[in-house]
Amino acid sequence: MNKWLERLAPIAFGVIALSAWQAAVIIMKVPFYVLPGPIEIAQAYRDGYAVLNPALLSTLTVTFAALLLATTVGVALAVAMAASQLFRAAVQPWAVMLQVTPIVAIAPLILLWVPQPFIALVVCASIIAFFPILSNTAAGLAATPQDLQDLFRLNGATRWQVLRLLSLPSALPNFLTGLRISGTLALVGAVVAEFVAGSGGFASGLAYRIIEASYRLEIPRMFAALFLLGVSGIVIYAALGLLERLLLRKRDA
Amino acid sequence: MVSLRAVSKTYAGGTVALDNITADIAPGEFIALLGPSGCGKSTLLRLLAGLETPSAGEISWENNQRPAPGEIGFVFQDATLMPWLTAAENVYLPLRLRGVHKAEAQPRIQSMLAQMGLADFAGARPKALSGGMKMRVSIARALISEPLLLLMDEPFAALDEFTRHRLQDDLHTLWRRTGKTIIFVTHSIYEAAYLASRILVMSPRPGRIAADISAKIPEDEDRRTSRAYTQLVADITHTLHKIMPHE
Repeated sequence: MNKWLERLAPIAFGVIALSAWQAAVIIMKVPFYVLPGPIEIAQAYRDGYAVLNPALLSTLTVTFAALLLATTVGVALAVAMAASQLFRAAVQPWAVMLQVTPIVAIAPLILLWVPQPFIALVVCASIIAFFPILSNTAAGLAATPQDLQDLFRLNGATRWQVLRLLSLPSALPNFLTGLRISGTLALVGAVVAEFVAGSGGFASGLAYRIIEASYRLEIPRMFAALFLLGVSGIVIYAALGLLERLLLRKRDA
Repeated sequence: MVSLRAVSKTYAGGTVALDNITADIAPGEFIALLGPSGCGKSTLLRLLAGLETPSAGEISWENNQRPAPGEIGFVFQDATLMPWLTAAENVYLPLRLRGVHKAEAQPRIQSMLAQMGLADFAGARPKALSGGMKMRVSIARALISEPLLLLMDEPFAALDEFTRHRLQDDLHTLWRRTGKTIIFVTHSIYEAAYLASRILVMSPRPGRIAADISAKIPEDEDRRTSRAYTQLVADITHTLHKIMPHE
């Protein structure tokens, strides 16, 4: 298959879909407060970017802080689990439980307990984001080749040397896969936490702007905010994918 | 150098991998542990390396001195190189683990790679090397710490025949030149006969030493085509016929 065609396909699909959307809205005379067309959404962004852009920046700040926290906690837990069977047995079920509990249900509690709203948002988002990093890194560490572990042992390596020179480097690809999944989850977590905080009156982030716009029936602005979130998600995913490729290509080529 | 006295290994679950192994290994011997799959040859190697402990019996070392880290070199069936390190960095590993500085180790690494015919590939990563070259790096890594004993677990089994012959030639030459004690696990009669100065034939389930054959092929002849080699292969084959259970 032609590579250019493959690159072009998603853009062409988007243009066609947006055109069809715009045409449908015009032909069927749908009112803008039910479903605005792409042109109205673009206009809403043009009128509202002074509000929407700072909100986006605020959401992204929470996202990256959460990703950083999730990475630190996830990797630390994975290393501890790899080092101690007992620790793994003790912690694993609780990590899974935290993962399956919907963050919307936990967020009000965290906002209640953590007085500083920014930190509360970061904590909420990292609860969602840390699990893929933890499970992927743990799987990578557990898959450290046995022969190489034996070789390290025969040469009198300390546990720290095994971790630093063998286990962590061999788990790097798994970690990067986890990081890519966690990147987009951190964004989801940030938005969910902002929704909960926003309905409690804390004004920050795109989620708050979405709530606000819905109260005021500014539906085009809601869509503009949604579009910004979608684009951010794609950019985060692509950027982490690029990081993964660059790191591994440089290392293993 | 090392003596095995009535060594047995039974795994949890009751599998008897080794049963009552007694053998003495003298310094400078090149021993082939020959036997079919599942006869416990690899287990015996791991016991000698100290990677596992015997369930019964005793392994005693000369002067009661268990080898220190790095005094045993181990070559696995796969090259088991770290893909993110270059050939030179892989060879450096045993020294690095012992805290030898890279700059200090560099001349030794270079000369070891050169001995293995890899002088031009110091900076290459494993992905760029052929199977035979990877195995050479692996052997260089095992030799860099100047071990007293070199243990090899079917290292050439996965290589094509041409590469295998070359590596066998080189290993045999290396042994003659350095006089290192080598224990080499193989399931190839030809390989055992070609390489070793002594062949311990093992029988399976449970693993026992069934025969102890000393190999004397005159070094001045072309080993692979000499009468002594052909005769040795025939002897080993007859021995195996006698001891192997017919299926």
